[in-house]
Amino acid sequence: MQISRLLLRRLGITGRGIVIAVPSVWLLLFFLVPFLIVLKISFAHTRLGVPPYTPLWEWTTEHALHLSLSAANYLFLARETLYLEAFLSSIKVALISTFFCLLLAYPMAYAIARADTRWRNTLLLMVVLPFWTSFLVRVYAWIGLLRNNGVINNLLTSLGLIHEPIVMMQTDFAMYIGIVYSYLPFMILPLYSNLEKHDNTLLEAAVNLGATPFKAFLQITVPLSLPGIIAGSMLVFIPAVGEFVIPRLLGGNETLMIGRVLWDEFFNNRNWPGASAVAMTLLLVLVLPIMIFQRYQAQDAGAGLHR
Amino acid sequence: MVEKTRTPMGRPQERQAPWKDPAAQAYIRIEGVSKKFGDFTAVSGVELNIYRGEIFCLLGGSGCGKTTLLRMLAGFEAPTAGRIFIDGHDMAGVPPFKRPVNMMFQSYALFPHMTVEQNVAFGLKQEGTPKREIAARVAEMLALVKLDGFARRKPHQLSGGQRQRVALARSLIKRPKLLLLDEPLGALDKRLREHTQFELVNIQERLGVTFVVVTHDQEEAMTLATRIGVMNHGRIVQVGTPHEIYEFPSSRFTAEFIGNVNMFEGRVSEDEPGHVLIDSADLGGRIHVGHGISAAPDAVVWVAVRPEKMVLSREVPRERFNAASGTIREVAYMGDVSIYLVQLDSGKTVRVTQPNTHRHSDRAFTWDDCVWVSWHESSAVVVTE
Repeated sequence: MQISRLLLRRLGITGRGIVIAVPSVWLLLFFLVPFLIVLKISFAHTRLGVPPYTPLWEWTTEHALHLSLSAANYLFLARETLYLEAFLSSIKVALISTFFCLLLAYPMAYAIARADTRWRNTLLLMVVLPFWTSFLVRVYAWIGLLRNNGVINNLLTSLGLIHEPIVMMQTDFAMYIGIVYSYLPFMILPLYSNLEKHDNTLLEAAVNLGATPFKAFLQITVPLSLPGIIAGSMLVFIPAVGEFVIPRLLGGNETLMIGRVLWDEFFNNRNWPGASAVAMTLLLVLVLPIMIFQRYQAQDAGAGLHR
Repeated sequence: MVEKTRTPMGRPQERQAPWKDPAAQAYIRIEGVSKKFGDFTAVSGVELNIYRGEIFCLLGGSGCGKTTLLRMLAGFEAPTAGRIFIDGHDMAGVPPFKRPVNMMFQSYALFPHMTVEQNVAFGLKQEGTPKREIAARVAEMLALVKLDGFARRKPHQLSGGQRQRVALARSLIKRPKLLLLDEPLGALDKRLREHTQFELVNIQERLGVTFVVVTHDQEEAMTLATRIGVMNHGRIVQVGTPHEIYEFPSSRFTAEFIGNVNMFEGRVSEDEPGHVLIDSADLGGRIHVGHGISAAPDAVVWVAVRPEKMVLSREVPRERFNAASGTIREVAYMGDVSIYLVQLDSGKTVRVTQPNTHRHSDRAFTWDDCVWVSWHESSAVVVTE
């Protein structure tokens, strides 16, 4: 027993090492390797064949390594306004969706956090419950609700409120409903876990000093919940930028989303290098601001300790 | 600078004792206030007058209703019955943000995302006070609590004592007439408590604010208060100056809650206007009290004697009453005094405190000494409940 433990340690295998190794291997296999493959493809040229792109390096007949990196795909992205428009449009859709998610989620999270402890878990369960059905089924259910002879239009017609069905499908409205509906729990959960920790005596102190309950909420609760707001907004914004299924199923054809452009490049045009370049750019656009933000936050926290 | 300072101990109470002046107007009038949470009665039928400039301590164990009473003054809870008047105004229906009352919370409740400066300025900002005036008053307040150099720090960068002072500055910035303090010294260590205690009293006197303090710590109440209201099970059991509460407790609860006391159960055997004789099996003898009491003959009463008012001796005392012999079971040397636990021949153990007046203690009592315990006839207090 003793000897085998020593042996393991000599080999560098310790409990701590194993615990860290599992997520590291996971990230390596399912994030870093695919990332590098996509990065590699984004610097290649298209060609007809399998795989549909040129290799980055090959051995020439003189046994020399021939490396061919091409920035053509990125230059093409920069030249072609379609991509810029798609990016901007995606970001706009993601921003609006995030805003409405926040608008809906904040009161819900606040109400759950303030609810009687007996009810909190039930309410949280109801927030998470939709996840137990397939995402696609839920989006299709919205089609059933929103289409011209769907539940909503039929109800309004039978009540005599409208005579012509309201066109909701294939509009931005339907797309926003779909996105906000699907991502709402991702906003509620981080907000709840933040709001639930708030100390009620802070609000009492604010009210005692002459702030009305609403002013106390604005000056105390909102700034203290900022980390929850940021976490929730990122969880909604990032996937919403690349969202493909919901705009495709609920939105109109004119809504240009980067996810759809990616799909078209990949499957319709078989332009793997072009699609990879789009994917890399998207990653850069999303990751850079987050990293800058986190760095800024870390600096702020550090400065706060030593000032 | 020659300034007449009034230390918490030995304050000249008689000169300013509005509660003894029938013409004085109470600043806070609490009339028959009760508070129920469901079936639980937290506060029940409290009648209390508190006067301007007082430091009034609500003293009691946890769950006695003292915090609920304080929260009703602040407006965080509404009384189930009864009325509260502050400065002559009925507080019923007045929301907390409109009351002329500020509060220092037990946890201090400092806003963690704001600097010391912003915390202190908060109250003035709500009133829309001009920025320049806010800055001046914040600086003045921080100077008062001796936190001048800390304006830009965040609460988590402060020590416990500094946080306490920020909380105090924040609650005083609006110059309230009435300040409520919930266990103001509870989170401080012993040395800091004593220091802060005196500072609180100094600030209170300089600003002329009325303090209502909630505490479970009798020592804190004794040193801070002009008057103490002892609470038990939602009721005010006794109201009086620290001296009155300590020397003339009106019930067994007060006597036992404040300080240490030896309690002898007995039966009144001789009841005269000038004196009373009480037979006590606890003592194993008779107790002579040098004043009349309001109890029926043959009634069961309790005689309370403070440990420091008892005398230990090796010789038999001259008095026939108020004395019993016993054996010393425990000795605790505290420096200034020694505490002796003496088991009387009746079986009851009493606590006796004797000052250590001599450095060389050849005559000091020690374990298993046979001694006499006695007290003067004016030292005991008789309580009937």
